[in-house]
Amino acid sequence: MAVSESFFARKFGLTERDLESYLSEALSRGGDYADVYFEYLATTMIQLDESIVKSATQGVTLGVGVRVISGERTGYAYCDDLSPDRIRHAARVAACIADAPAKVDKTGFTESDKRNLYPVLTLPSDSPITDRLKLVRRADEAARSYDSRVFQVQATYADTLKHVLVATSDGALSFDRQPMARMNVSALAREGNGVPQRGYAGGGGRVGLDFFHNEKTPEQFAIEAARQAILQLNAVDTPAGEQTVVLGPGWPGVLLHEAVGHGLEADFNRKQVSAFSNRVGQQVASPLVTVIDDGTMNSRRGSLNVDDEGAVTQRNVLIENGILRGYLQDKLSSRILRSSATGNGRRESYQHIPMPRMTNTFMLAGESSPDEIIQSVKKGIYCVNFGGGQVDITNGNFVFSATESYLIEDGKIGRPVKGATLIGNGPESMKHVSMVGNDLKLDEGIGICGKEGQSVPVGVGIPTVRIDKMTVGGTAR
Amino acid sequence: MIEQIVQDGVRLAMEMGATAVECSASEGDEFTATVRMGEVETVKESGSRSAGIRVMIGRRAGSSYTSDLTNDGIRSMVRQAVDLAALTGEDPNSGLPDPGELGKFEGDLALYNDDVGQLDAATKIEMARKAERSALDVDARINNSEGGSFGSGVSTHAFANSLGFHGAYKGSSCWLSVTPVARDGDSMEQDHYYTANRSAALLEPPEQVGQLAAKRVLRRLNARKVPTQKAAVIFEPRVASSLVGHVFEAINGDAIYRKASFLADKLGQRIASEHVTIIDDPTIPGLFGSSPFDDEGVPSRRTVIVENGILRNFLNNTYTARTLGMRTTGSASRGGSGNLSVGHGNFYLEPGSRTAEELIRSLGTGLYVTGLMGQGTNTVTGDYSRGASGLWIENGELAFAVSEVTIASNLMEMLNGMQMANDLEFRTSTAAPTILIREMTISGS
Repeated sequence: MAVSESFFARKFGLTERDLESYLSEALSRGGDYADVYFEYLATTMIQLDESIVKSATQGVTLGVGVRVISGERTGYAYCDDLSPDRIRHAARVAACIADAPAKVDKTGFTESDKRNLYPVLTLPSDSPITDRLKLVRRADEAARSYDSRVFQVQATYADTLKHVLVATSDGALSFDRQPMARMNVSALAREGNGVPQRGYAGGGGRVGLDFFHNEKTPEQFAIEAARQAILQLNAVDTPAGEQTVVLGPGWPGVLLHEAVGHGLEADFNRKQVSAFSNRVGQQVASPLVTVIDDGTMNSRRGSLNVDDEGAVTQRNVLIENGILRGYLQDKLSSRILRSSATGNGRRESYQHIPMPRMTNTFMLAGESSPDEIIQSVKKGIYCVNFGGGQVDITNGNFVFSATESYLIEDGKIGRPVKGATLIGNGPESMKHVSMVGNDLKLDEGIGICGKEGQSVPVGVGIPTVRIDKMTVGGTAR
Repeated sequence: MIEQIVQDGVRLAMEMGATAVECSASEGDEFTATVRMGEVETVKESGSRSAGIRVMIGRRAGSSYTSDLTNDGIRSMVRQAVDLAALTGEDPNSGLPDPGELGKFEGDLALYNDDVGQLDAATKIEMARKAERSALDVDARINNSEGGSFGSGVSTHAFANSLGFHGAYKGSSCWLSVTPVARDGDSMEQDHYYTANRSAALLEPPEQVGQLAAKRVLRRLNARKVPTQKAAVIFEPRVASSLVGHVFEAINGDAIYRKASFLADKLGQRIASEHVTIIDDPTIPGLFGSSPFDDEGVPSRRTVIVENGILRNFLNNTYTARTLGMRTTGSASRGGSGNLSVGHGNFYLEPGSRTAEELIRSLGTGLYVTGLMGQGTNTVTGDYSRGASGLWIENGELAFAVSEVTIASNLMEMLNGMQMANDLEFRTSTAAPTILIREMTISGS
């Protein structure tokens, strides 16, 4: 596709010559590299509460970010309209990071390899809004009819459609159309006048509305949220202290995201501030552990055809049989570290500087059956669902919050326990992985990762895993 | 300029058939610079604008927003909101505030200072460089850094509704932070310190910012896990403010009308020790949580939330107030999407009379928490379980660094076992002094 056929040419009259002129403005004071990032984002969000569709919101944001790299320095400016004067002004502001004669103009662009990891036929944003409204109503009905103890339901449907164009002073050019849709359901349940409990569920991906009709229905999310709320009504206090922990498959993969993933982002490693710095080639996990970050999985929330710097995404092995293999790179870090690109340069929007981020991060399946793993534990806890997590990449400590867990006693799953935070140390705790299940599962598609104030959608996944020792933040002895 | 845009938006929506309209817009300039190991790492500078509208047709509401503030952009935003309002459900409590509730806090809130806009880029970069240098100079074990940063912003916020209210206010902010990294053998730690203010003249000096950051990171080195036990826990003000934030989540009208709060049925009852008084006050000059009116055009005012342990008031916007049969407290808050929620002004816990040192000395043993991790707070049930780091208190003295532990309890029990020191500081819009909690479960080895 030539620039002239792109979304931005059709809608805003952008030409290849414009791109060249913005880039030469960006390099007007020297600098090693420049890029421009065009973004158009249309959002729809529908919220139901107390069985009423209380709000429906649509919005558009658009803008251009201009970046100039000079050595290890980055200059960045953006503007929120696409008028050539404003973009040139932003380019001149970003150019101030460098202080040298102008770079020779480069002409012509080569388009990056074409593929489509999210071949959505009818975009969610092209579906009638009434069809989208029906989804939250269906979720409300299903959650309420699941159990009479459910007394509050909130259901949200949201979709976004993002058009991006990246042009670089290396002559690389890429376009992408990135759809995304998700549903979330939250249910509150209580017994008589007792303490209410909340359950959450949700899912989605780079999918069309047919996903919610055929693959994951509003009813499934609703029943799952209601089930979790009801389950918590009978939860007992979580035991405190170091314990054997079994993680269920799927969303508990957030462990990898916190314990391993962030610490392997190349910016932290080139600055030597990560607990994983200088450890490539070393044993950082049990030999049973292989961790992958893969931006190329079809229709997944964390997937991208090209990253936000125009690099083609790929499948990257982070840890192989317990040995650290490599870091997640963006353009700046890979230039400085002289390492090849991994397609992990991401940004929240045109207002943000790209940095190394995860895409879909998961552990490969092992050989144990899930039953065998549970049966191997004399006393411990089994964590099936989690809220979020956080990591201190420098000392390696990470937490993640279990929202659905059970006691394990004599190899059997027992009573549900209350929510609790689990804490461990990244390079240490992965060494305590003693069994890995054959049941790798990816999450449902609602993950959001925050780093330095920027949020991006991500995916995680894990099979059932036994960790011999981890600190569980309960209150019972 | 944007005050005109929001009034135009309201008029346009009424012409298109709306029965009630609220329109808001913001514009601002931002600057951030980071210096790492003495070298400029990033400089970012830009301006942006956005507008949002909420339209009602009878009891149905639709909303829309845009970053395109041209006439065409505003027109299509308004059209979209009007179209959406035809599709949502009838909500008996929806609507604008009663006209008598509208207005502005009269008085100078000192939200804007010229000096922020007058600083040039070179001065800002130099302050970041100085702060980082000061941290690196403190101790040889501090030999790396995530950088020193200076940020500043100037913004204008405008709001109008179809009852004839319109207003705008300007705000400024700036901050200076530094994140040193220290190493001692196999132990590597980072921590940060920052100063933030609406006036550049009132920032703490860069040297002090660097030195305090250095002190914070050094005391984290060679941390250990402690055995699992029940013990007293002291939260330094920076982390104590998060506990006050949890109280806000539990007393905001959105959570109350859904009964999604452990405090939902507790109005007028004792919910905390008699030492606990919590106030929301958006009218304190110069603070980040201050504003002359809320996002519905209702004047800001001081509200007592907890008085000597008794729960006195919830915070409400017009919608949650109507649903609960109460009055708005001028606490409407609107995100970028235009939807209304309940926010707070300067939400703070009143200080006690003893110093933090006296509180620490009053303990035999316990944990002094300087860092918290994760989201393990459930404000529906009050259950609390979070990752923590800090210092172990032995014989009333700070003895050694602790990390990789969790602290757990229930917010109701925590509130009932609270004592405060006299060191309240307004760093962000939630604020607290040092807090001592009689007993929590510490999970470690």
